Amino acid sequence: MSMLEYRSSAWARGGLLAMRNVPDVALGDRVVVRDHLGRQRSGQVIRSSEELVLIQVFEGTDNIDLERTWVRFLDQPFELALAPEMLGRVFNGVGQSRDGRPPIISRLSRNVNGAALNPAARAYPREFIQTGISTIDGMNTLVRGQKLPVFSGSGLPHNRLAAQIVRQAKLLFHGEGKADSQESFALVFAAMGVSHSDARFFEESFKESGVLGQVVTFINLADDPPIERLILPRVALTCAEYLAFDLDMHVLVVMTDMTYYAEALREIATGKGDVPARKGFPGYLYSDLAEIYERAGRIRGKAGSITMIPVVSMPSDDITHPVPDLTGYITEGQIVLSRELAAANIQPPVAVLPSLSRLMKDGIGEGMTREDHARVASQLFASYAKAQEVRSLAAIIGAEELSEEDNRYLQFADAFEQRFVSQGEHEDRSIFHTLDLAWEVLSLLPKEALTRLSEKDIEARYRSPDSE
Amino acid sequence: MSSEGTILDIQGPIVIARLPNARIGEQVKLGSQGLMGEVIAREDDRAIIQVYEITEGLRPGAPASAVGSQLSVELGPGLLGGIFDGLQRPLKTLLEQTGERIERGLMVPAIDRNKRWPFVPGKDLKIGAKVSGSTILGSVLENDSITHRILMPPDVTGELDDLVPAGDYTVDDVIGRVRDTQGNIHKLHLSSRWPVRIPRPFSKRDHALQPLITGQRIMDTFFPLLKGGKGAIPGPFGAGKTVLQQQIARWSDAQIVIYVGCGERGNELTEVLDTFPQLSDPRTGRPLMERTMLVANTSNMPVVAREVSVYVGMTIAEYFRDQGFDVVVVADSTSRWAEALREVSGRLGQMPVEEGYPAYLGSTLSAFYERAGRVETLNGNHGSVTLIGAVSPPGGDFSEPVTSHTKDIIQTFWALSKDLADARHYPAVDWLESFSLFVDVAAKWWHENINEDWMRLRNIALRLLSESEELARIVNLVGVEALSGQQRWTLETSKLIREGLLQQSALEPNDSFCSPRKQFLLLKLMIEIHTRGAEMLKVGMPVQELLRQPLLAKARRWKISYSSEEIEGLEQEGKAIEPIFDALRAEYASPLAKGESAARTGAGPT
Repeated sequence: MSMLEYRSSAWARGGLLAMRNVPDVALGDRVVVRDHLGRQRSGQVIRSSEELVLIQVFEGTDNIDLERTWVRFLDQPFELALAPEMLGRVFNGVGQSRDGRPPIISRLSRNVNGAALNPAARAYPREFIQTGISTIDGMNTLVRGQKLPVFSGSGLPHNRLAAQIVRQAKLLFHGEGKADSQESFALVFAAMGVSHSDARFFEESFKESGVLGQVVTFINLADDPPIERLILPRVALTCAEYLAFDLDMHVLVVMTDMTYYAEALREIATGKGDVPARKGFPGYLYSDLAEIYERAGRIRGKAGSITMIPVVSMPSDDITHPVPDLTGYITEGQIVLSRELAAANIQPPVAVLPSLSRLMKDGIGEGMTREDHARVASQLFASYAKAQEVRSLAAIIGAEELSEEDNRYLQFADAFEQRFVSQGEHEDRSIFHTLDLAWEVLSLLPKEALTRLSEKDIEARYRSPDSE
Repeated sequence: MSSEGTILDIQGPIVIARLPNARIGEQVKLGSQGLMGEVIAREDDRAIIQVYEITEGLRPGAPASAVGSQLSVELGPGLLGGIFDGLQRPLKTLLEQTGERIERGLMVPAIDRNKRWPFVPGKDLKIGAKVSGSTILGSVLENDSITHRILMPPDVTGELDDLVPAGDYTVDDVIGRVRDTQGNIHKLHLSSRWPVRIPRPFSKRDHALQPLITGQRIMDTFFPLLKGGKGAIPGPFGAGKTVLQQQIARWSDAQIVIYVGCGERGNELTEVLDTFPQLSDPRTGRPLMERTMLVANTSNMPVVAREVSVYVGMTIAEYFRDQGFDVVVVADSTSRWAEALREVSGRLGQMPVEEGYPAYLGSTLSAFYERAGRVETLNGNHGSVTLIGAVSPPGGDFSEPVTSHTKDIIQTFWALSKDLADARHYPAVDWLESFSLFVDVAAKWWHENINEDWMRLRNIALRLLSESEELARIVNLVGVEALSGQQRWTLETSKLIREGLLQQSALEPNDSFCSPRKQFLLLKLMIEIHTRGAEMLKVGMPVQELLRQPLLAKARRWKISYSSEEIEGLEQEGKAIEPIFDALRAEYASPLAKGESAARTGAGPT
């Protein structure tokens, strides 16, 4: 069957190609579409009936001549060939070479859709990853196997933050006691709809930190066909799963930008005539995103792990937009960037209050970071939230009218932003440094206001600036 | 009765097949792998089937066969402590058999076929006795926490022909026979089956009488839910729905807890699997897992099985209810279930009403929630199913269809607030948005078992909280100086109530579970501080003096300083309140003392 080519195209629009009278085609099968210029495009069957077969064409349906288009059904699902040589390579969204080097040839290939992980097979993530960034390590701790997205807006430095995490992420020495060798670390970089300059920024950043040989890049640029973005994260994660669970590597997956992915999904869904739910996105957007995000994690009895940092841009900075909203329901927290902080030149502009790491609680404390970590983080959140209230009050009645205690909150908020949140792009702070900084700024507040800390903590670490 | 046919059309989880005799609701096997699905509509000789598994690889022309029965679950000993997927397949067995990825088309029985259970027949049951639906045939000691009662299938009535003596039996062994009125013989086993979409019958509904004690102060003290009640926890992401649901699953005084992870995160279920075996029930001291069962259909698992999973959990809950247990079903999240309904209806091209949801969303939700309740079972016992559903409104908007329909159905509403969560006020239950329709019934229990002052004190606390909301608005406009002393004191003590009573840490061992006695005592002491302070203001003490009292910071730590077992320590703290205020009053009684006190406090802490 794979030798036969069909020319029974019924219609084509918006990345979809419909074929009449093609018998016995399995859902999900891969197809090769050859257009009238002889160029090949790849596609996948998304609906199959006896009368009509519907194909999504990853390179799009532009310039398709219905009468002169030939379609070959390969009678196999969409698979990716996998080999250790993928490290250091650059591929397009369907896994074809993009760096001018030969394609990957391997006996091992896997269905890019993966199969759902049995929840009973998962190992609970609890190993602290030190990113060297205070707002993350101290207040929104990342652990191995977690999916922690960066919610950002146009013009905010999410790429710089992601690159800094990639450069600095490491495990601390403790417990089992051995640091990871460079070989066991890999990075899978999945770029969907990013601009040429952003792609170059990442490439240079990887090169600079000397990890380029450990990076597998899957790239679909802003001017590449959007439909390819639908398969790209699946291809990239199939590679990540291979590196993590076959080759025992610790894989960090950076995916940018998931909003463009979702927009490609909307495009196809609209073309198919799916019932829209919110903002034209199909009702299955949640399940579809979950199929991608849930591929992060750890497996019992396996050494490797997949930690995921998706970048999600919020159109018009709207966190309730369906893509960030549904992402937040699936991922284990989020790092939110703030336009106000960026405008005040606080870099990285992490808005700590709406940020969250759900897996933090089991990755910190005695033996993992420091005994007082959880309480310090909780106190920072509470005090900074209170300080924000005081700020809005001061904006109304004027700072002169504030009580002495309220004034100390204002000082605290400024110090917190200037000294704790703000840090250099190449400043790699240890968790202990981060926690000491936290105590430094918390000590600007009166002891009595620190109710989330224990009396013992305060005795040991509170250093009032007045007393020195 | 089974019928054979062929597949015509495959589109995502929906398959159309030529299957002339299939009934709606009937199970269907598809393709060479035998993927399981369910007929949801019929058009002429064609059946529209929703498939519980990924349909990739299915092709038109492949076989389809209707198997004659509806989707049902197996009910018997061996369910507790287990984790099952949305189709009641045991995930641990699947892991052993097929590895870490779930393979398609596998049917693995929910209960181990080889395990022998110690069955003890009912003492009063004689051969020839009249038996009917849910009659207790005997019992099995399932584990040290739960004695499992073996019930007659609800739909069989007749005379007991035979019942085995006490001994060890597998779930496949015949333990007895019943002759029905037509003379047909029904074999009895330790386990039986029941279709998930049909509520198990009971004799009548009972009034719910007792509050479900969750050990969470904002719930038990302020917005109680009754055993047999229906509650909802709506909240945007990051507001703490899952932590709260897990807290209920851990600490509530139900006898059986069924946790349905419906379209949620895989790592969260792993956390439950990891931590529950190490936790013990605060009342019995037994491992929590002995009374817990998990149904897990994570967000990346097939969407139709997600829709089924809530029914699977509910049917198992009703089975334990029929044994006379108080069961809690925690469903996280009902929004994902509703989205599964939407996805299927969308694929069928049904006309959407709101945000793409089908017109039957409301009726489907209420029919499901109505399966909760306290009942008199067919065998004359009393049992209850309490249903607590998490709701995940898109963008945190409570006016969206799933939240608003749910709000109409339930009796207790624990609204989670993003603002509270952002300020790390956990549990982020908003005391102004939340409600409970059964405070009066719960009050009866509190008054009889804890203290007659419960209702009065609780109402004072709620009043302070809502007054302070008003006052905070004023402060935000004109500053705190504009308030009177009394008003500032109200603001301060409501803050004390928020931090010392409402906030509760799931991570602090002393605070994670709070017994009703401790809850009441904390409430009482906070109100006492408020009243005493208010009296001081009346005798002319400046409010600044009161705000400076170290008691206020100390009271905020009481919840963590004393566990539920250390009530005496807390009582001692309570006894110290009166002398503190008496001393203050003594100082303010004479003008001389007043001057001294001002001088002393002015000198700073000593």
